[in-house]
Amino acid sequence: MSPGPAAPTPRAPAHAPSRTHPEKATDTMAKRIDVSGLTAFYGGHRAIDDISMSVEPRSVTAFIGPSGCGKSTLLRTLNRMHEVTPGGRVEGKVMLDHEDLYGTSVDPVAVRRTIGMVFQRPNPFPTMSIYDNVAAGLRLNGDFRKKELDGIVEKSLKGANLWNEVKDRLGKPGSGLSGGQQQRLCIARAIAVQPQVLLMDEPCSALDPISTLAIEDLIGELKSRFTIVIVTHNMQQAARVSDRTAFFNLSAVGRPGKLIEIDDTERIFSNPSVQATEDYISGRFG
Amino acid sequence: MDLSHTSPAPTAPPPTPPDSDPSAVKGRAVHPGDKIFRGLSRGSGITLLVIMAAIAAFLTYRASIALSANSANFLTAFEWNPQGDPPAFGIGILAFGTAVSSVIAMVIAVPVAVGIALFISHYAPRRIAAPLAYVIDLLAAVPSIIYGLWGALFLVPYLDGLTRWLDRFLGWTTLFEMSNPGSPARSIFTVGILLAIMILPIITNVCREVFLQAPKMYEEAALALGATRWEVIRMSVLPFGRSGIISASMLGLGRALGETMAVATVLSPGSVFTWHLLDPGSGTFAQNIAAKFNEADEFGRDALIASGLVLFVITLLVNGAARYIIARRKEYSGADA
Repeated sequence: MSPGPAAPTPRAPAHAPSRTHPEKATDTMAKRIDVSGLTAFYGGHRAIDDISMSVEPRSVTAFIGPSGCGKSTLLRTLNRMHEVTPGGRVEGKVMLDHEDLYGTSVDPVAVRRTIGMVFQRPNPFPTMSIYDNVAAGLRLNGDFRKKELDGIVEKSLKGANLWNEVKDRLGKPGSGLSGGQQQRLCIARAIAVQPQVLLMDEPCSALDPISTLAIEDLIGELKSRFTIVIVTHNMQQAARVSDRTAFFNLSAVGRPGKLIEIDDTERIFSNPSVQATEDYISGRFG
Repeated sequence: MDLSHTSPAPTAPPPTPPDSDPSAVKGRAVHPGDKIFRGLSRGSGITLLVIMAAIAAFLTYRASIALSANSANFLTAFEWNPQGDPPAFGIGILAFGTAVSSVIAMVIAVPVAVGIALFISHYAPRRIAAPLAYVIDLLAAVPSIIYGLWGALFLVPYLDGLTRWLDRFLGWTTLFEMSNPGSPARSIFTVGILLAIMILPIITNVCREVFLQAPKMYEEAALALGATRWEVIRMSVLPFGRSGIISASMLGLGRALGETMAVATVLSPGSVFTWHLLDPGSGTFAQNIAAKFNEADEFGRDALIASGLVLFVITLLVNGAARYIIARRKEYSGADA
């Protein structure tokens, strides 16, 4: 990651309006993603090959496919987290509305402020309180008055359906929460900075079924405000939460992953146009 | 050691009726191997305690002989004259010199060491980080007499410019005032700089280990929020490594407090107390013992041992404080995450 010249463009629209009209801004924030000819490498290894697809705003798009098919890698290219891995390299284009995220004048740090991410294992900062965890991203963006910060923290925790459970212990460390609560805390932390897109990398795979249900409900609520991309190994989950589903596959271990098809979730799970998709979702994989 | 008795127990087929083959499940409750190993490890632990107690007892006994005959206040007197009649000696100069040189060393070494450790763990490309870490390791392996020779023959003449500069611009603080500008810098200030170099490797190495163990998941969390590299380090590496930095610093402090040969080689000791850190003079506990032990008589040695006892206690307190700080921060240390 080399901090290139600062590109105010992706960052400014995310925050300039949100400071003054938070409610109004949320309605117009979600953006569409267009991926074209995207290839990602780990050193010499080609992880995903020539992927082109679109992600609609204010909808949930699920990435499914067998392990190693590159769905997490693709997700990480969308907020330029892939290149943080040693040897990580990307070719191709990712457009956020009309802006190429891999353009020469784009600052990857600014991209990540615009596109939030939730990880497989809940990772609230263990040294920070619940409040500070939610405020962490905001504090990176500069000065907020205490009162302003209080408001955003409360709104974000409410948005993550966590407020009622933690409002009496905002000063306690986030690591004291249950796994499901920690994951919702991470979601609150991600949405506090008003991102335009929310990426979720198997957000429920470390959680029990009840916590999973809570997160899935939350995803259903958040999609009215954000563009959401979720990677999941759980096909029932993809069917439950997503509007569109992309199926990825690889021809053999060590070969690059490819996009097989992307379509409305209903169609993928009832009548997919490619045989491999049907084989995978019906369990006849391989 | 007869191990054959131990082997049937773990490999025996579990569900055998008790009467068919009693040897499969019956055996001695205590195996000889276990017994021997337990004895060895317990013995090692006890030996360590005995040695510590013996050192403390020896120091206390010999020190008490000297202290009972001392006519000055041992803890506050600024003279060292055990040969006098009556004998009068105190650790004032030594305590001041030890404290000041250690503080100078820590002020210089800790930030630099943390910086080097962060560079190795989070900034440098791998092909630079590995050799650099190796060089730092080598620095730790250099014997302290070599540092002393280097300090006396290289550092002292080359610090001349710096000491003159400090005298000119910071002389008003008294601390950096030189009574005799241009005299060789065989002072407590030079000792502090030399000690900083000597404790740099141990602080760097411990910090580097701790920083490398900082969980990647929190660094990714910070990155995904749009943190720059420095912000990632501030949010997820430094908080995780805080107790490590403290314990590393304490280890360095322990070495600085007790360092003998290098200090004795560089410092020209003086028996007159001075606030002027750039002037020759002052001394440290360890340096004082090394410099005076050979020519001291029986009583003089007891007096030196009394000062050694103080150093021993200080070192114990430093380590205790480090452990207390680390233990107090446990809830936030991230160790449970």
